[in-house]
Amino acid sequence: MRNLWLGGVLTAIFAGMAVLSFLWTPYDPTVLDIANKIKTPSTAHPLGTDHFGRDILSMIMVGARTSIAVALVAVGIGMGLGVPLGLTAAARKGGLLDELIMRGNDLVFAFPSLLIAIMITAVFGASAVNAIIAIGIFNIPVFARLTRSGALSLWTRDYVMAARVAGKGATRISVEHILPNVTNLLIVQGTIQFSLGILAEAGLSYVGLGAQPPTASWGRMLADSQTMISFAPHMALFPGLAILLTVLGLNLMGDGLRDMFDPKLRRARS
Amino acid sequence: MLHYLLKRLLSLAVSLVVASLVIFLALEVVPGDPAAYMLGINAQEDTLAALREELGLNGSVVERYLSWAGGLLQGDFGTSYTYRTPVAEMIGERLWISLPLALYALTLSTLIAFPAGIWAASKRGSPVDVTVMGVTQLGVAIPNFWFAMLMVLVFAINLRWFSAGGFVGWDAGFLLAMKSLTLPAIALALPQASILARVMRSSLLDTLSEDFIRTARAKGLSKRQALWRHALRNALIPVLTIIGLQFSFLLAGAIIIENVFFLPGLGRLVFQSISARDLIVVESVVMLLVFAVIVVNFLVDLAYAIVDPRLRGRR
Repeated sequence: MRNLWLGGVLTAIFAGMAVLSFLWTPYDPTVLDIANKIKTPSTAHPLGTDHFGRDILSMIMVGARTSIAVALVAVGIGMGLGVPLGLTAAARKGGLLDELIMRGNDLVFAFPSLLIAIMITAVFGASAVNAIIAIGIFNIPVFARLTRSGALSLWTRDYVMAARVAGKGATRISVEHILPNVTNLLIVQGTIQFSLGILAEAGLSYVGLGAQPPTASWGRMLADSQTMISFAPHMALFPGLAILLTVLGLNLMGDGLRDMFDPKLRRARS
Repeated sequence: MLHYLLKRLLSLAVSLVVASLVIFLALEVVPGDPAAYMLGINAQEDTLAALREELGLNGSVVERYLSWAGGLLQGDFGTSYTYRTPVAEMIGERLWISLPLALYALTLSTLIAFPAGIWAASKRGSPVDVTVMGVTQLGVAIPNFWFAMLMVLVFAINLRWFSAGGFVGWDAGFLLAMKSLTLPAIALALPQASILARVMRSSLLDTLSEDFIRTARAKGLSKRQALWRHALRNALIPVLTIIGLQFSFLLAGAIIIENVFFLPGLGRLVFQSISARDLIVVESVVMLLVFAVIVVNFLVDLAYAIVDPRLRGRR
């Protein structure tokens, strides 16, 4: 429970910052103020300013928006396509469709997500949307496998048998009886994929394949700070901490949720 | 065993063919004419046509795929559009940095993770365990390129123990070369070591609660003896899986880390090629990495079958 609380609070802080950034930021993160460039943290700029005099706190708030949006949509793509695929595969276990879906999954798994992202950006150009698609594609087999394995154990249950006897088709059973019972699994995995998505987005924008200027993103802030790290380490410190704390928060929350949904695991894990 | 091997080999071949098709179609059929890109917007139509002919861009899709895939099989990766040198040669040079880097990182990760995982599992619930779990929780969450930057700040800029980037080359001697790969390898290894240590610990804890460990203890083995003689070997299977998977993460992760340290490896090559729209290089490097991942996973599967005969029957 401690994990869940700590993780929930950390996640809420950054999610709150992202939401708040739509209404208010201390400064406009796109306005350049060369007179105040590379200022260390002060009361006027709590986290200092960057090499263009932009307020780092404001940029981190807007960056939270980018990270969360990219990771959230990527998880959405993964669930939106992966869950139906997994349900279908489980319903047709052993059939041609099942085999096809699972082999397709294996294939996507063989491509490290970063490579998919690089290929997509090589072809379509670098942008936040392409980063989302790249991370999202990699999420599909994760959810498909999880849903299938969760669903397979449910198909042998008596209540599913009862539903079949009552004349319900495979699709209806999947939606009405299987899906609600794999939701816990999906929520836990969703949290984990969310945190992986934030790391992936940061990595992609760090190498210039993610969100493009002037959209603030944590990864690009780090890329900008790299050449100045010897005399302006604060520029590298805060965006990195933001990524670390957000991912940590989501991971702790995932662990906590898993323990909450499945008390049997609590004993084995902690 | 032979039947199993043949079946796995067939599925390996199918995966490779399908992967090559996907990569080829993704990069080749989609918009963006390399010839037009190389010659700029003011190019004459006949110059363009000549260059397309020279680069072999005029054939049908099927022809181009077959010539590309056929070339790959013979170790001929084609000729780079921009550098006009054989792609195989360019990849070969870069591989001498990326592959040692990935192996170095894998070694480090294993060397850190095994003792940490075993120690934490054997002292479950103790301060040691809590510390290992806390540190690994951080290690999983830290972006490795940021960790790399922090290490540069501390060990290269402030303490001056290492250079901040670049590669001295293998000609400078093995130790110097390894030294310039050390910070990148640590950066790559940290998250992987954290994951591996956690898997090691939980797998060992699962095994330690099995009946045969109780039997071993009942016949008089100490806790420590039971762990080393019986539990460890049985706990290794999930750990092996993760090591196999990590190899692909290390190769791909190297792409970003090489950029932090300005290492002229495969990752830098990919980025240079993307910005130059040198698709044949991108295509070949991606294919090579995917090939490596598929083959490593195949070898891991084989390793299981040797270690654990029960797994041979399953797919």
